[in-house]
Amino acid sequence: MAELALTTPTPKAPSRAAKRLRALASEPKVIIGGGFILVLIVIAIFAPFVAPKDPLEQDLMAGTLPPAWVEGADPGFLLGTDDLGRDVLSRLIFGTRIALIVAFVAAGLAALIGTLLGLMAGWYGGWADRLISRLVDIWMAFPPVLLSILLVAVFGSGVHSVIAAIVIIDWTRFCRVVRAETQAQAQMDYVTAARTIGFSRLKILFSEILPNVTPVLIALVSLEMGIAVIVEAILSFVGLSVSSDTPTWGGMIAEGRQIIYEGWWVLVAPLIALFATVLAFNQLGDGLRRALDPVMRR
Amino acid sequence: MLAVSILNRLLMAIATLFGVAVVVFVLLRVVPGDPIAMMISPGASPADIAALRAHYGLDASLTAQFGIWLKSVVAGDFGTSISLKRDVLSLLGERLPATLELALAALALAVLLGGAVAIVGTLSRRTVLEPVIDGLNGLFLAVPDFVWALALILVLGVLYPLFPLSGRIDPSSDPQFATPFYLFESLLTLRFSVFADVAAHMVMPVLALGLPLAAIIARVLKAALSEAMVQDYILLARLKGMSELRLVTQEALRNAVGPTIALTGVQFTFLIGGTVIVERIFSYPGIGNMAIDAVINRDLPLIQGLVLVFGALFILVNLAVDLLVAALNPRLAHG
Repeated sequence: MAELALTTPTPKAPSRAAKRLRALASEPKVIIGGGFILVLIVIAIFAPFVAPKDPLEQDLMAGTLPPAWVEGADPGFLLGTDDLGRDVLSRLIFGTRIALIVAFVAAGLAALIGTLLGLMAGWYGGWADRLISRLVDIWMAFPPVLLSILLVAVFGSGVHSVIAAIVIIDWTRFCRVVRAETQAQAQMDYVTAARTIGFSRLKILFSEILPNVTPVLIALVSLEMGIAVIVEAILSFVGLSVSSDTPTWGGMIAEGRQIIYEGWWVLVAPLIALFATVLAFNQLGDGLRRALDPVMRR
Repeated sequence: MLAVSILNRLLMAIATLFGVAVVVFVLLRVVPGDPIAMMISPGASPADIAALRAHYGLDASLTAQFGIWLKSVVAGDFGTSISLKRDVLSLLGERLPATLELALAALALAVLLGGAVAIVGTLSRRTVLEPVIDGLNGLFLAVPDFVWALALILVLGVLYPLFPLSGRIDPSSDPQFATPFYLFESLLTLRFSVFADVAAHMVMPVLALGLPLAAIIARVLKAALSEAMVQDYILLARLKGMSELRLVTQEALRNAVGPTIALTGVQFTFLIGGTVIVERIFSYPGIGNMAIDAVINRDLPLIQGLVLVFGALFILVNLAVDLLVAALNPRLAHG
């Protein structure tokens, strides 16, 4: 009987992953923010099919046409045209590509580097911690905007430089948070238990501590993506990002700033797209943090 | 003890500034692209190039270049701007005050507005007003200065053209100034029409820089005030019959202001960094706008001077905040 009782399958408790998924699905910020980003990703991938016109095609006869609902518009150009007669909507659609590429690659790489260094500093302590923490302090003494422009000047302009600049500047955000989280986790009983069983330090770090740091990390990555979108737009605006024949939101904003009195829509359209995207990443990050952090969920 | 701790912080500040100098120098010496090549005419002889190289100190070894550069910087000689062909120190002297006026005005706006919102928010706890204030504040927190600047241009520059879009003064007026501090000088010399002109040019950039910081101050201060409002000493004061407004502004504020100041200091350094792009958008003649031109032109002496000035500003702000927090909280002074 005793044996039977032991082998009787108890109703299986939902796995941790399933619990987290359910928490995510019940968080409106995750649904709205994540949904918006998902739509953007689809638009970016299928840009040539979604865009009504060629984003580079100039038609000086159709320059600075207003959006379709304003008097004097050409219904063929839903959001109007810029001073060179290029379709604003199509340029907006193609602009999502650079914005999302920079967001995902830059935030991913910054997270990777910052997390590895943060884990090392938080777990091994001693000189490694002192070295990494001092490095972070010096790094953060630089104004991010100035350093990013400085770095792009060093690397030359282009999307690779923009990504490199964001990674070089913002790995510190991840490093600080992950270091603090790791230090907190290292005090937990489960770490002591893992040590008692005889797990190696490296194994404890990556198979025990890292999974517990991940929720905070995911939320931070989402916020970082929003920052990356802004930084790319700023550098495009200044003319230090991709060459001017690739449509970007920042580049469109710069063009719109030049012709602000003749064609406000050239500035408004990319500005709204930029702000909505940043807001979506922020909401997603905020929602993820709420849904994944057991302390905040309570 | 206090003197030792101040001295410690001063030494740390100097060490950090030196670190910044080293990083800037190393970064800029690996810049691909020869600054000399951009300055010479196509027919220049190798001897001319070598002479230019020597003139800008680019022919020595890296360590020697750093030694020469550091010595001259300490002596106040920042070199000559390659693109503007002028002394870097005097360029910085002309442009830095414009940025300082902008940053300080934005800080003042942020502290006053953020403080007021925090106090009103604390007074309206558990009323219908609270979620409205929190919601609006949350929205303001999400808008970066870059977006603010452009939105302000659209609304206050184009839709309702209340304020000038660019520059620091009306180019047709040409008033004479004895100092580069146009705002302060025009106010102190009682030239109110000039003051109004300078102030009108600053409205939009100041709002773009100050509003995000105001939102941060409002949130942090409100959280600290709300926490303080449930403490025993507040209950005691309330029992004594003190009005709710006085409870918040006198009793709770005194205890909640410390952490807010520390955070405001850090955020103020971000605000100074934000002047780079905001000045660019409004064509405001400060050091931020100049920094972008310097980078586009690969003007190494100017970039070095600018970054050092920015670095020194950040370090000074941090130092001031450290000392201010220590002065407000005697328990920390010995830490």
